[in-house]
Amino acid sequence: MSAFWNGWIIILTVGNILACFWLIWWTMRKRAGEASSGDVTGHVWDENLQEYNNPLPRWWLFMFYFTLIFAAIYLALYPGLGSFKGLLGWSSHGSQYENEMKAAEEKYGPIYKKFASVPVAALATKPEYGEAREMGKRLFLTYCMQCHGSDARGSRGFPNLADKDWLWGGSPEQIQTSIANGRNGVMPSHAHLGEETIANLAAYVASLSGREVDSAKAEAGKQAFTTSGCIGCHGVDATGNPMLGAPDLTDKTWLYGGSEGIIRQTITKGRSGKMPAHKDLLGDDKVHLLAAYVYSLSQ
Amino acid sequence: MDSQSTTYNYKVVRQFSIMTVVWGIVGMLVGVIVAGQLAYPHLFEGIPWLSYGRLRPLHTNAVIFAFGGSALFATSYYVVQRTCQTRLFSDGLAAFTFWGWQLVIVLAAITLPLGITSSKEYAELEWPIDVLITLVWVSYALVFFGTIMKRKVKHIYVANWFYGAFILTIALLHLVNSAAIPVTLTKSYSAYPGAIDAMVQWWYGHNAVGFFLTAGFLGMMYYFVPKQAGRPVYSYRLSVVHFWALISTYMWAGPHHLHYTALPDWAQSVGMVFSLILLAPSWGGMINGIMTLSGAWHKLRTDPILKFLIVSLSFYGMSTFEGPMMSIKTVNALSHYTDWTVGHVHSGALGWVAMVSVGSLYYLIPRLFGRQSMFSMALVEAHFWIATIGVVLYIAAMWIAGVMQGLMWRAVNADGTLTYSFIESVERTYPFYYVRLLGGILFLSGMLLMAYNVWKTVASEQAVDEAIPAPAGH
Repeated sequence: MSAFWNGWIIILTVGNILACFWLIWWTMRKRAGEASSGDVTGHVWDENLQEYNNPLPRWWLFMFYFTLIFAAIYLALYPGLGSFKGLLGWSSHGSQYENEMKAAEEKYGPIYKKFASVPVAALATKPEYGEAREMGKRLFLTYCMQCHGSDARGSRGFPNLADKDWLWGGSPEQIQTSIANGRNGVMPSHAHLGEETIANLAAYVASLSGREVDSAKAEAGKQAFTTSGCIGCHGVDATGNPMLGAPDLTDKTWLYGGSEGIIRQTITKGRSGKMPAHKDLLGDDKVHLLAAYVYSLSQ
Repeated sequence: MDSQSTTYNYKVVRQFSIMTVVWGIVGMLVGVIVAGQLAYPHLFEGIPWLSYGRLRPLHTNAVIFAFGGSALFATSYYVVQRTCQTRLFSDGLAAFTFWGWQLVIVLAAITLPLGITSSKEYAELEWPIDVLITLVWVSYALVFFGTIMKRKVKHIYVANWFYGAFILTIALLHLVNSAAIPVTLTKSYSAYPGAIDAMVQWWYGHNAVGFFLTAGFLGMMYYFVPKQAGRPVYSYRLSVVHFWALISTYMWAGPHHLHYTALPDWAQSVGMVFSLILLAPSWGGMINGIMTLSGAWHKLRTDPILKFLIVSLSFYGMSTFEGPMMSIKTVNALSHYTDWTVGHVHSGALGWVAMVSVGSLYYLIPRLFGRQSMFSMALVEAHFWIATIGVVLYIAAMWIAGVMQGLMWRAVNADGTLTYSFIESVERTYPFYYVRLLGGILFLSGMLLMAYNVWKTVASEQAVDEAIPAPAGH
């Protein structure tokens, strides 16, 4: 904050509080020739509008003074007057947030720590770790359900985690990596192929999962699938590649929809699916429990 | 002398008064619809221009600027003429403000459902409409202050201080907050970046409450309460203190809408302490209004118009106590983003703004048509009770819902995870959404009674422009 703005803020803030004090003092002064309490001021508007000159109610004055004094004390203790940090040294991010996070870590950290050395697969399946799975579920309902749904069955663009179909692999390690480091699933736009080729490709891809399509278009699409670069990610047999997050196109599970029209849109415009990294937000121990819960859903 | 100089200009007052009733019904009907959508989420599913996200800004714009705005235009034009004992500064400009403002409202009612929005809360209208608002507002200021300038009495009545502060400040707020770079006729981008944009928006947003919905309506209160009570205003010196303290401290309160966000700590602190200081100046207005009745309390038993006015001041006092409390950071940590905020807004909007406007209109409308009173005072009495019950149901439901949501969102299990998912808090809110919907329907029903009563009052009468009396010698 520059010296100018610092001074500007301090002068206006303090000035306005002092002005309120002055205003009360100035108004309470008795003036010569003024109407006394219970008398009207002598001015008349619109035939019969008049004003008494009653004194300020005492309880109201005390309330006013109290809020002004409270303001002065608060601004001495807390940041408010420009770059003055306040006598308590409090700040929302520097002290309050850090302290609350630290306290929470001390209180809740050990609860998660005790499961850190148990393998994910054991946590997910062994009866004695039911509590760990419940904790994982509660974590899921706090951090994951916004996209994947409270039943973990996903929605359009957000994968179903409760089936056995996986984009990036369904082993405990792969799930843990997905949660900790996040994933970027990118299907590039292929608009350059032209509408006819894209329509053929869409027919072919739709046919792979058993949909009724124009067989001539599908046949042409099969050629294009090889020559247009689709096999680079989805593979020659179109079953995908979990290393790249490239989906299996031969099954009936679709992230964005499996109709010819939607597949055409996917090829033309591309898709971008982003699973954010949670390692820094949650820490390793919570990610571990989340991986166990997610893994348990497909066991 | 011709009638131009011997009578008050009541034509523009009549136009705005009638439109206040019309836009009140429209705005509150849209409010009932969006309340219905919250209680029954599948209502109008699949119709984009009836979706909640488009109707909600239509509701807020319609009740604040169409209903509230028309009430302020009507009463300020009436009050400034009568308390200055002179005709409006310019009949032509006054007529322009009426037709211009109606055009703004119609354009809002078209563009918002189409999804054309600047996305700034309470300032959603796109830049061409903003330009029109600016033209209307400058004309309004010319008419109002021009009338003050040519007044026939020496002193400026307290109601006009508040109307004047409201007109000047809204001009400033509108110009600064709506600054934007137009891209097309229907799209523009704010001139401010990131957190600065948020701060400018809430500086505007809170002062829209402070000056549009408070200062303006205090102006209304300062005329219609003493008139209807037939008593002098309680305290001149209280009006001086609370006027200057109110307009200077409201300016600072905006940051309390942005507690615990990217806004710097110093701005949040300043916003909070000035919101607390605001309690006394706000209550100054309430005291001056309610105490004006001292010596005439018995009139409350029989006069439904006074009931409207005094109950509106009670709601004003209640919500201006609640507001500073909610601005305290630790309270805000519970209340923010919950329905408590919605309840708070409506105790101000329905309890204070709508009820003081309705009371004032029941005083005003017969006088604009040469009558002593409304067609049926029994209907006014019925309106009062229906409206009061409606407001109480509304705000009580939202208080309980809001506190419940805040508590559910912060509840944690023994392992630090959240006890409730967000959707569970939504499920638990349904009963309160039904009660709120009922409260809204009751309030709207009251407005329909009013429309019938107004129709019966004015339909058979001739419009009257009262003669300006000779100024008293003082």
